[in-house]
Amino acid sequence: MDTVSASLTEHPPVAAHHLVEPEGFIRKYVFSLDHKVIGKQYLGLGLVAVLTGMVLSWIMRYHLAFPDKPVPLIGLIAPTFAAGGIITPEFYLQLMTMHGTIMVFFVLTTAPFAGFGNFILPLQVGAEDMAFPRFNMMSFWVTFVAFLVLVAAFFVPDGPPLSGWTAYAPLSAVGKSAGPGQGIGQTLWVISIAIFCIGQLLGSLNFIATTLDLRTKGMTLARLPYSTWAWFITSIIGLIAFAVLLPACVLLLLDRVAGTSFFIPAGLVVSDALQPHSGGSPLLWQHLFWFFGHPEVYIAIVPGFGIVSTILPAICRKPHLGPRVLIACQLAIAGLSYMVWGHHMFLSGMSPMSATLFSVPTLIITIPAAIITLLWLGTIYGSKLRLTTAGLFCLGFVSVFVTGGLSGFFLSQPSIDTYLHGTYFVVSHFHFVMGVAAMFGIFAGTYFWFPKMFGRMMNEALGKWHFALTFLGVYATFMPMHWLGLEGNVRRYSSFPADYMHGSLVLHRFITFAALFLGAAQLIFLVNLLWSRLRGPVAPDNPWESTSLEWSTTSPPPFDNFGGVHPVVSHGPNEYGVAGPRGDYIMQSDPPLVAPAVS
Amino acid sequence: MQKSIVPSSATRTGVWTGIGAIIMSFAAYTSAMVVRQGSSPDWLHFTLPPILYWNSLILVVSSGVLELARTRVGGPFDRLGYANALSVEHLRERLFWLRVTIALGFVFLAGQYLAWRSLSARGVFVATSPSSSFFYLLTAVHAFHLIGGLGALVYALRCLHTDDGPRAVQVLGAVALYWHFMAVLWAYLLVVLAMWV
Amino acid sequence: MGKLFAAAVTVIALVSAGVFISHTWWLPPDLSALGIRIDDQIFETMIFTGTLFVAAQLALAAFVLQSSGRTSEIKLFPGGPMPMVALATVIVGLEVLSLVFVGTKVWSQIFLAPAEANAIHIDVQAGQFAFYFRYPGPDGKFGVPHPEKIDEGNSNFFGLDPKNDTAARDDIVSASLVVPVNQPILLTMHSKDVGHSLFIPEMRLQQDFVPGLIIPVHFTATGLTKTEIVCTQLCGLGHYNMRAYLQVLSKEDYAKWLTDQAGQ
Repeated sequence: MDTVSASLTEHPPVAAHHLVEPEGFIRKYVFSLDHKVIGKQYLGLGLVAVLTGMVLSWIMRYHLAFPDKPVPLIGLIAPTFAAGGIITPEFYLQLMTMHGTIMVFFVLTTAPFAGFGNFILPLQVGAEDMAFPRFNMMSFWVTFVAFLVLVAAFFVPDGPPLSGWTAYAPLSAVGKSAGPGQGIGQTLWVISIAIFCIGQLLGSLNFIATTLDLRTKGMTLARLPYSTWAWFITSIIGLIAFAVLLPACVLLLLDRVAGTSFFIPAGLVVSDALQPHSGGSPLLWQHLFWFFGHPEVYIAIVPGFGIVSTILPAICRKPHLGPRVLIACQLAIAGLSYMVWGHHMFLSGMSPMSATLFSVPTLIITIPAAIITLLWLGTIYGSKLRLTTAGLFCLGFVSVFVTGGLSGFFLSQPSIDTYLHGTYFVVSHFHFVMGVAAMFGIFAGTYFWFPKMFGRMMNEALGKWHFALTFLGVYATFMPMHWLGLEGNVRRYSSFPADYMHGSLVLHRFITFAALFLGAAQLIFLVNLLWSRLRGPVAPDNPWESTSLEWSTTSPPPFDNFGGVHPVVSHGPNEYGVAGPRGDYIMQSDPPLVAPAVS
Repeated sequence: MQKSIVPSSATRTGVWTGIGAIIMSFAAYTSAMVVRQGSSPDWLHFTLPPILYWNSLILVVSSGVLELARTRVGGPFDRLGYANALSVEHLRERLFWLRVTIALGFVFLAGQYLAWRSLSARGVFVATSPSSSFFYLLTAVHAFHLIGGLGALVYALRCLHTDDGPRAVQVLGAVALYWHFMAVLWAYLLVVLAMWV
Repeated sequence: MGKLFAAAVTVIALVSAGVFISHTWWLPPDLSALGIRIDDQIFETMIFTGTLFVAAQLALAAFVLQSSGRTSEIKLFPGGPMPMVALATVIVGLEVLSLVFVGTKVWSQIFLAPAEANAIHIDVQAGQFAFYFRYPGPDGKFGVPHPEKIDEGNSNFFGLDPKNDTAARDDIVSASLVVPVNQPILLTMHSKDVGHSLFIPEMRLQQDFVPGLIIPVHFTATGLTKTEIVCTQLCGLGHYNMRAYLQVLSKEDYAKWLTDQAGQ
C-alpha cells in the first residue's frame, strides 16, 4: 500500500471522468450518468414492480378466499388466461411465480440497495458521483431490460412460467410438456434473471469501488454512516451471490434449448413422453440456486438494517448504541449467510448429515441478528423520540423483524422443518422478513430521504395514517399464516377443495380481507408521493437534523453534489445528544470541536 | 456545471472486484461440473484438440507483450507503469505492442473456434456428453469474457492515443490486470479440462 | 402517536401469543412413533420464541412509550452494548445448543437410522398428479419398473413388465397407502417426472421425491386413521389436487386387504 501511495504522490490521482451537466431531456432524465437520477430510476422501477406484484397477490388472495367465484375485472385484463375471471390452477401458479419473481428481484433487490444506495451513498461518502458512472447507467438499463423481458412472459401464448420464483428443475428444465407457461414463458424468465444478474454485478462494482476509493478527506471507514456500511456489505454479498446465479441460469437455459442434461436425470416420463435427457441432478439446481438464494434475502434486508440504524439516532436524538458491534454483527451475518443455504433443502433428498451442518450456522446467525435488534432497542431506550413517519416505520421494522426472525427459529431445525416445510408457516416467515420488514425499510428510506431527493417535504399526517393502517394490516395479513401452517395447510396450492383443508377457509378469508385492506392503505402513500412531489412544502437542507454528509448540501443537491466544495469530515455519524453550535448534534462536516463537548 | 470523479485507485478496485465476481462464477461452473460428474456414470472422456495447447501459448505470449508495452517501453521499470513522460517515438512503440496484444487476442479467439470445429468434426457436440457440454460452456464463457478484455484493450489504446498522460497509464494498468487474469483463468480452465473432460 | 404505537404493539403481541397458546389452530393429533419427539421440539421452540416475542414487543412498546416526546436528558443504555451482546449470546446461544443437541437426535432417528429389519417395504411413485403405491405381493419381491413401459391408460403406472418379469406379476399397485398399525413401514420414493413431495401431517412425515433418485423413508403409525397424503413440492398445475389417502388398519384388516388386493 505504501509503495502505491508513494508513486501516487509523484503522480497525483487524475480525474477519470469529467461529467458536464447535461442539457436536454434524454441526457438529463433518461440516459443519465448522474447517480442521483439513476437512483430515482431504480426507485421508480421498484415502485412499478411493487404495484404489479401487489395486484398479482390480490388476485391470488381473492381466489384463495373465494375459489368458486370469478375474480372481478380480471376477465377484462387477461381474457385468454382468465376468461370470465375464472382463475385456473395454472393461472394461479403463474401469478404466484411472477409475484415472487417481481417482488424478490425487482423490488427488494432494487429499491433498498440500488435505489437509495445509488442516490445517497456517493453523498454520504462525500463524492461527486459513483466511481464508474457509465457502468452505473448501464446497470440500471440492463435491469430495466430484464424487467421488460420478464413482463413479456405475460404476453406469450402460453403465459408466464408456473414453477415458482425458485424454478426447480426438472419442472423448469424439461420444457413445455411440464405444463402451461413452461415453454417460452420459462425461457423468458431464465433470460430475464440472467440479464438481471449482470445489472446487479455492475451495480456492486460501483458500490464497492466508490466506498473504498472515493471517500472525501477525513471520511475514514470508521466514520462511514451505517447506511453506507450496509450498502457496502450488501454489494459484496451481491457480487458473490449473483456471480453464482448467472451460471445457474446459463446451465438451465442450456438444458432447455441445447439438449444438455445438467439438471435432468434419465428416465423421466413427462406428459406420456420419455424425456431424451439423462444423467443430470435436480439437486444441483437447488444447490446453485440457494447458494445465491439465501444471501439474496440478506441483500434484501441488510440495507434495511442500515436505513434503520441511520434514522433511529436522528429521531431519538441519541447516539446509536454500540456502532462497532452493529457493523461487526452485519459482517458476521454477511459471512454466515454463505453457510446456511442448505436449510432450504433439508427435505430435498440431500444427505441428512448435511442437514445438521446447515442447521447450526442457521441457528447461530440469529445471535448477531438478535444483538442488532437489542442495539436498536437500547438506542430507543431513554431517548427523546421524535415520531416522524420515517421513525415510525423504523420502529415498525423492529417489531416485524422480531416476529419474522423468530419464526425462522422453527424452520432452522430440520426435525421441525419436517413438519413445517412447504406450509403456510414458511410463507408467513418470509413475508414478515422480506415482504414486511424490508418494505418498511423502503418506506422509512422514502419518508426520510424524499426531502433530499425532491426538495419537498412529504405530508406527515398522511404518512402517519399510512403507517398505522399498514402496520395493522401486515400483522392481520401475515400473522394468521403461522396458524395455517401449524395446521398443515400447504403452500402454493391454487385452492383448497371442499374435502381438504376446507376448514382453513375462514382464516384464508380473513387474510384476504386484511390483504386487500393493506393494499388499499398503500393508496395513501401513493397520493402522498404524488402530491408532495408536486406541491409539497419546500424542504430545508437538513429537516431531520441529521449528521451525515447528504444533509450538509442543498435539497436536492446540485449536479456535483456539494457545489464545488469537497466536504472535509471531522466527526463520525453518531454525534447525537452532543452539545455543539447546532444544538444537540454535530454534523460530520462540522469543524472539529475546540473545547470538549459538554454532555 | 461540471464534476469530476477522482478515482485514484478506483479503476483497479473495480477490476479486482470484477475479477472476484468472475472467479466466483467459474467456481460455480467448476462445482457444477464436479457434481454432475458424480451424479451419473454417463461422463464420456475425450482428448482435447491439440490446438488448444498452442492457443494457450498465444494467450501467455500476449500477456507478455502487454507487460512489455506497459512497463518496459521508454523508461525504467515502474511497477504501476507510471513511466516518465514518453517521447513521441516511444509512445508509438507502446501503441504498436498494444496492437500486437490485441491481434494475439483475436488469434486466440480464432484458435478457440478451430478447437470447436475440430471437436464437432469428431462428432462431439454440446449435448453429446456432460463432459463436452462443460467443454463448450467453459471455453465459450471464457471467450466471452476475453472479448470484453479486448474491448477494454481497445479503450486503453484510444486513451493513450488521445492523451498519453497519467490517466491513460492508469487505465492501461487496470486493463492489463484484467488481461493477465484472462490468461491465468485460461490456465486454470485448461488444467481442469485436461484432467476432467 | 407513541402511545398509540405502544398500545398497538402490545395488543398485537398479546393477542397473537394468546391465539398460539389457545391452540385454536394447531397441529393435528400425532399418530406416529417418532412424532412425539417432533412435537416436543416444536413445543420447546414455541415456549422460547413465544417468550422472546412477547418480551421484545413489550420492550419496544415500553421504550417507545417512555421516550416519546420526552424532553429531559437522554439516558444512555446502562453498560453500553456489552449487556446486549452478552444477553443475546447467552440466551440465544444456550437455546440454540439445546435445540441442536436434542433436534439432532430426533433428526437422526427419522432420517439417518435405517428402517427396522421387519419393516414392510412399499414402493412409492409420484407423478403429475397422483401418488401410486406398490406392494411386492405374495412373492415378497418387487418387479423392475421401466419408465418407457409406463402406460397410464392401461393402469401400468410403474411400467412393469409382467410378461417377462416374474417378480412383477404379483405386484400390487394401489392409489392409497394402506398400512397396518404399530408396524414399521419403509417407503422407497421415486418420481416419474418432476419434483414432488410427500407430506403426511399426522405422521409428522415429509420427504421430497427427487427425479433420478430413490429415497428411503420410514415411519410407524400408532393409531388407526384415514388421513391425507399431500404433495408439497410445486409440480405443475395439478399440484393442489395431488393427494392420496393413508389408511392405517388393524393388523387383521390389513391382512384381509392385502389378500383382497392379491386376488385381483
